[in-house]
Amino acid sequence: MTAFNPHGTSLNHGILSVLVQNRPGVLARVASLFARRGYNIFSLAVAPAEDETQSRITIVVDLESAPLEQMVKQLFKLVDVVKISELDPRRSIERELLLATVRADTGQRSEIVELVKIFEAKILAVGSDAVTVSLEGHPDKLDDFEELLDSYAIVEMQRTGRVALPKLDRAARLRAVNPNQKGKVS
Amino acid sequence: MSTASTRMTGAQALIKALEMEQVDTIFGLPGGCILPAYDPLLESSIRHVLVRHEQGAGHMAEGYAHVTGRPGVAMVTSGPAATNLVTPLMDAYMDSIPMVGITGQVGTSAIGSDAFQECDTVGITRSCTKHNELVMTPDDIPLAVRQAFHLATTGRPGPVLLDLPKDVLQNEMTWHWPTDDEVSGSLPGYRPTMNGHPRMIKEAARMILAAERPVLYVGGGMLKARAAEILRELAEMTGINVVTTLMARGVFPDDHELCLGMPGMHGTIAATTAMQRADLLIALGARFDDRITGRLDAFAPDAKIIHVDIDPAEQGKVRRPDVPIVGDCRLVTEEIVQAIRDLTASGIEQADITAWKSRVSGWQEIFPLTYDEASPGAGLKPQYCLEELRAASTDETILVSGVGQHQMWASLHWKFNQPYSWVNSGGLGTMGFSIPAAIGAKAGRPDATVWAVDGDGCFQMTAQELVTATVERIPVKVALLNNSYLGMVRQWQEMFYDERYSEVYLSTETPDYVKWAESMGCVGIRVESPEEVGPAIEKANSINDRSVVVEFRTDSEEKVFPMVPAGVSNDEVLVHPSQEQFRAQLG
Repeated sequence: MTAFNPHGTSLNHGILSVLVQNRPGVLARVASLFARRGYNIFSLAVAPAEDETQSRITIVVDLESAPLEQMVKQLFKLVDVVKISELDPRRSIERELLLATVRADTGQRSEIVELVKIFEAKILAVGSDAVTVSLEGHPDKLDDFEELLDSYAIVEMQRTGRVALPKLDRAARLRAVNPNQKGKVS
Repeated sequence: MSTASTRMTGAQALIKALEMEQVDTIFGLPGGCILPAYDPLLESSIRHVLVRHEQGAGHMAEGYAHVTGRPGVAMVTSGPAATNLVTPLMDAYMDSIPMVGITGQVGTSAIGSDAFQECDTVGITRSCTKHNELVMTPDDIPLAVRQAFHLATTGRPGPVLLDLPKDVLQNEMTWHWPTDDEVSGSLPGYRPTMNGHPRMIKEAARMILAAERPVLYVGGGMLKARAAEILRELAEMTGINVVTTLMARGVFPDDHELCLGMPGMHGTIAATTAMQRADLLIALGARFDDRITGRLDAFAPDAKIIHVDIDPAEQGKVRRPDVPIVGDCRLVTEEIVQAIRDLTASGIEQADITAWKSRVSGWQEIFPLTYDEASPGAGLKPQYCLEELRAASTDETILVSGVGQHQMWASLHWKFNQPYSWVNSGGLGTMGFSIPAAIGAKAGRPDATVWAVDGDGCFQMTAQELVTATVERIPVKVALLNNSYLGMVRQWQEMFYDERYSEVYLSTETPDYVKWAESMGCVGIRVESPEEVGPAIEKANSINDRSVVVEFRTDSEEKVFPMVPAGVSNDEVLVHPSQEQFRAQLG
């Protein structure tokens, strides 16, 4: 059985970090491939990569809908796809941003402020009967935050879809701390 | 060599780029947005074949590519012309045919405004091309053309489409022909794997030698890779039987003692059953299509799988291989042959497969292809017509089929002994494919005799291209098997819908195919009795200055056997009724 989290996404997910040539229509190519082959996407984040001729697409995919291996191979058939990395959630850093406007009359406002403090979220705007808050962090943390916010009547909410990069291994972290260290680059 | 920069229009650059790619023939039809490209064509060495419908241009390009191995080129205008090209693009994509489609587009400033004859061509063709590109500046045209031909012909071949706005064709640019490095640098994510993984090659060789019931399962990829010779070497050195799929007919000679013919839904009993009982399937450029496997979980249950394919996505898409080998089918087969030699030289002997082979030849003997003789006064047997036609043809004759019963009879009853002598629409199953594809094949191979075998349903979809054949002097011959029905659908309704015939009857007398043929500048011949079959074929073969349509009035009730009903295990194949008594021998 598939376990479901409050965000409505299957826990049986995979993360693909797809480096593509930054050209018109490339996102449509990726999206129509997923639609055509019946692969489900949980979330999608796209932005230019370190090399500005390329974009990085982070796709969180449903592994119930198809094996990750087939998704990767089919994606690679797109001529504009340059590189695909499968990110193991245990060895990746994942982040997502949540914006939410929550109904908050004067009585509830302090409770929400407390919640914001606990989660290290931010209050971006305060109105007479609503506040807009933001939280950046691991998607699981956002799920928890969202669930608690839900009891205060969410007026509007938007999450970005996750972005992810592989965790640095120990040697790379040490190099990052001490750039003069002569380590063997693996 | 002049280093001075040459200025020219985008249209001139397009035609020059096509010439640089050694295009000798374009199949097309002009219109508003592609107009600029037709002007420099007047000065070009490239022959343009003016079609009557853009779908015809696409199928002609496919037929041309099938028999020459070079990419076929179709050029049409925007909007409805581009959408008419969609079917051939999809057909070429399914059957991995190298093809370059060129479409006109409204001017760049009008894109997105719902202009006259505007459509989102790259959007519409995204899922039916290997790649497509909207070229937004004339300076990009040469690189786009080079990329298109590179992509269409390398790796797993396929159709590539270039969409060219009118102002991009009209505006001036500075000519620059990109180098190989520039092309490959512009496609950083495209690096097809050519050679097989050495460890996998060795493992494959070891498994081939150890197998007791091996079958070579050969698909269209072996034709694309031009691997007929090395396939023969592999089969003969190991003595392993070969099945050739619908897309691979001709890559291994039907006359060869090791050849079992076509497997699958309408395959020969020997081919289909050998695959079912095999302990090793050596899949070379084949993709485990549902028409081959039947019910998947009952397909070749005891077989280990070696799967050679240049497309990594085919590995494990349908059936998980024990030994996946990504690479060019010819190179990999050569590597496997060498690995087998090395193993043999080191003293490893091949397992004894004589018992298996006598089982296989038993199936061949007990279940040959067969059909009942025509009853007097009834329609002709289509199989008989095809056998007579084959007897009057050479191995070099190119046979081009439409889709349906006639296609299956042609594939089964024709003896293919030469690669590239069979052209058909396999994956997409496009009715109406044969007439334009035959014209394209003849344009690509003017020396060859090209016969289209067609059904009456198919013929009515694209027959107008025979006008193109006449006007452009590309004579083809058409064997029209007229059973007055959408025959394959009729067969399914007879067998699986209690003979409840729904919308499958066409007409016996309308159209009058002889008059229709004559009106298109062809010779029309009607054949109604078995005695007329031979002479009609002889007459058709003697006419080489124009196209000939021979209409064979065939038996409406004739069905294709063997048949594995859809969704059923290949073990439950329906044999010809006269062979039903031997069913127990299939075990």
